[in-house]
Amino acid sequence: MNKTFSRRSFLTSSAGLVIGVTLPMKGRAQSGAEAAMGGNASPQGSGSFAPNAFVRIAPDDTVTVLIKHIEFGQGPYTGLSTLVAEELDADWSQMRAESAPFDNELYKNLAFGLQGTGGSTAIANSYTQMRRAGAAARAMLVEAAAAEWGVPAGEITVEKGVISHPGGQFSGFGAFAEAAAQLTPPEEPALKDPSAFTLIGTDVPKLDSRAKSTGEAVFSMDVYREGMETVVVAHPVKMGAKVASYDDSAAKEVPGVTAVRQIPQGIAVYAGSTAAAIKGRDALEIKWDESAAETRSSDQIYEAFSAAADQGGMDAEVIGEGAAPIEGAAQVIEAEFRFPYLAHAAMEPLDGVIEITQDGAEAWVGSQFPSLDVPTIAQTLGLDAANVKMNVMLAGGSFGRRAQDTAHFAAELAEVAKAAGGNGAWKLVYTREDDMTGGYYRPLTVHKMRAGLDDSGAIVGWENVVVNQSIMGGGPFAGMMQDGIDPTSIEGSTKMPYALANSRVGWVREESPVRVLWWRAVGHTHTAYATEVFLDMALEAAGKDPVQGRLDLLKDDAGRDRAVLEKVAKMAGWDGETVKGDKAYGVALHESFNSYTAQIAEVTDVDGMPRVTRVWCALDCGVAVNPNVIRAQIEGGVGFGLGSILFNELTLGEGGTVQERNFDTYRMLRIDEMPEVIVEIIDSAADPTGVGEPGTPPIGPAVANAWRALTGKTVTHLPFSRAKDA
Amino acid sequence: MISFDLNGKQVSVDVPEDTPLLWVLRDELRLTGTKYGCGIAQCGACTVMLDGAAQRSCVTPVSSVEGSSVETIEGLSGREATAVQDAWTQIDVPQCGWCQSGQVMSATALLRDTPKPSDADIDAAMGGNVCRCATYVRIRKAIHDAADTLEG
Repeated sequence: MNKTFSRRSFLTSSAGLVIGVTLPMKGRAQSGAEAAMGGNASPQGSGSFAPNAFVRIAPDDTVTVLIKHIEFGQGPYTGLSTLVAEELDADWSQMRAESAPFDNELYKNLAFGLQGTGGSTAIANSYTQMRRAGAAARAMLVEAAAAEWGVPAGEITVEKGVISHPGGQFSGFGAFAEAAAQLTPPEEPALKDPSAFTLIGTDVPKLDSRAKSTGEAVFSMDVYREGMETVVVAHPVKMGAKVASYDDSAAKEVPGVTAVRQIPQGIAVYAGSTAAAIKGRDALEIKWDESAAETRSSDQIYEAFSAAADQGGMDAEVIGEGAAPIEGAAQVIEAEFRFPYLAHAAMEPLDGVIEITQDGAEAWVGSQFPSLDVPTIAQTLGLDAANVKMNVMLAGGSFGRRAQDTAHFAAELAEVAKAAGGNGAWKLVYTREDDMTGGYYRPLTVHKMRAGLDDSGAIVGWENVVVNQSIMGGGPFAGMMQDGIDPTSIEGSTKMPYALANSRVGWVREESPVRVLWWRAVGHTHTAYATEVFLDMALEAAGKDPVQGRLDLLKDDAGRDRAVLEKVAKMAGWDGETVKGDKAYGVALHESFNSYTAQIAEVTDVDGMPRVTRVWCALDCGVAVNPNVIRAQIEGGVGFGLGSILFNELTLGEGGTVQERNFDTYRMLRIDEMPEVIVEIIDSAADPTGVGEPGTPPIGPAVANAWRALTGKTVTHLPFSRAKDA
Repeated sequence: MISFDLNGKQVSVDVPEDTPLLWVLRDELRLTGTKYGCGIAQCGACTVMLDGAAQRSCVTPVSSVEGSSVETIEGLSGREATAVQDAWTQIDVPQCGWCQSGQVMSATALLRDTPKPSDADIDAAMGGNVCRCATYVRIRKAIHDAADTLEG
């Protein structure tokens, strides 16, 4: 049924690099995640119209868009459907969204060549592709109507789901679905000029809000299969440790526990219910082999990284004379910033279901990289990837945690099935403690910074040496390393928008058994803080205003940076007074994921901690497909970043044991701590860029700069709660 | 056997007495709208009404609800609940959605007790419900909107 009308044009429009991972061919015929939104079946019965891999039009006029990106709150169900509906001239009320099945060829992310979500690319890489999909469907419906009515196609108009002709004929889409399905899709369907958009740029209601307000939305943990067992696994208590020996006699006595099996990831307890599995695990006695484990504490790692910074590292970027002019400058300022490991702590911990039948395997997972998860399951079970069906489920957040280059959760899920052997169904559940203590953290990072100022306060030299582990090195994304440097380790510290004549960014790559992973906005989470706080220190040393000082420093070609900074200053009524009564104001500017963000935070001192009352944010993300969703992402990105800089560190204690195991010690931002967030989006006709992540990096430095103004204290070792406790 | 009223119907379950109500609802009774988030009453994703009051089901032994009335998101009804869920949808509160059943339960409980809550009332009633997507700005607005609807 699927026509591949524009696969060639999709390929040629792919801008990003294709990474060198072995990818499977497409899986067996699939119909998308089952009932992800509460029971709506795919409209793929007789008489439906599937002009391409993304659009299904049913006789009842509903239009279902198959969404190639996982929905975990960032809005692709709504956003990608909007792109289709715009060019299809559909009415928003007839639009439905459904998770696309696994098919790496049809549903790959054009930004990185595999089916997966990340890097705030969902709208950016789909913008033209999904519009083409909608435009092609529209053209075929019009052609079918023209033939039926005996009129020229050029005289037919389509508006809000109604096809009509000046002669008086009109119809919905469904009546022509069957006829349109017989036609050949156009190679290059015409796209609208942005000035003609009626849905793009409007706040169409999100397609998943209702089901997520009534408990009907179905996540992987909500999947129950006939005869299914629930499994929890005892994982190593230290990163890199392995099971030496274990005693499961008490565990097997727990009512409901059916089996205990060793798998490569730990000791798996199988039970008839989640509660029994957890209780069984608690009863295990395990001795761990820690010979390959990380046994340093976080404090020891900081000291090692700090010492390593003094080596200077590899050159990630050298401009002009680099750091040399710092020596002999009239004034030299220095700071060392320390950033802890951070857990993603998505509200739904990792979980998934796998079922083995004589036909192969079927999995239900909040899979962010199906192109890595499916072959991993296949390989683990000795199956052909074509016999592994993946249902990409709604997921209760990710923030990077599900974007697993190692496919470790899919591997563990498959090992659970493999160890049990035979046909059956198993649900693997990570408890909160598993999720939080299992690694895959935002890398612990040290930034050692120096700047030299001349007599006028101008910055004559700038150096930023970054020390951390590589996220991509050694994995399937290693091909994205540049000259041995992992861009995700240093992104945001290089390519600064400021015209610094001489600067150097160095990178020291460190190793640890602690696994690291991208965490919402990745490298920008620490580089924005280090650079924008340090710049504030330099401007203060020069007696310059934080906003005007930045504007004066911006490069001539940094027009989009300039626009958001000027906009946010206007929004907040910035007048150069950083302290007014008990309130202080701090600013930060940072580009990430090709979007430009400036924020001003309003901060007071409540018992030695910042209380952030208001945040103004100006954002340039190109065409704003759904301003309401974009505002929501900025609000959420601000809250996510704020909670982490105030409260969060994942600490390795004495001997390397993780100290924070649940929300009682890894404390989340709560409603009374959430600031009012005022967002303005710059009008733009540029192609859309990311919104899921860019809201997070600037909040930390904006708050820290306000706090400096208020208290005179520069917080260089996050989180803030640590400074308060010290 | 432990028996209680669940969303207006009597149910009986045969499970160990210390089994958390959360897992009974999900694994035994297949009401999956109530979510697991932490297991230690620190996030509120598992919030249900127990005899009319918001309660964390993850730390509630099922034996303690014998003879009680339990209301979950699936059975949530009444004018406050309708106003809350409509307000939630109207301004698109949910992002990932995992915590939102619990948020809706807590918000409904608040409005049943306090039809016109202040911001401080909202902070007090909703402070135990974590949203990692930080939809708090909209949660607050939706509660005020729902209160306005109930008043109007």
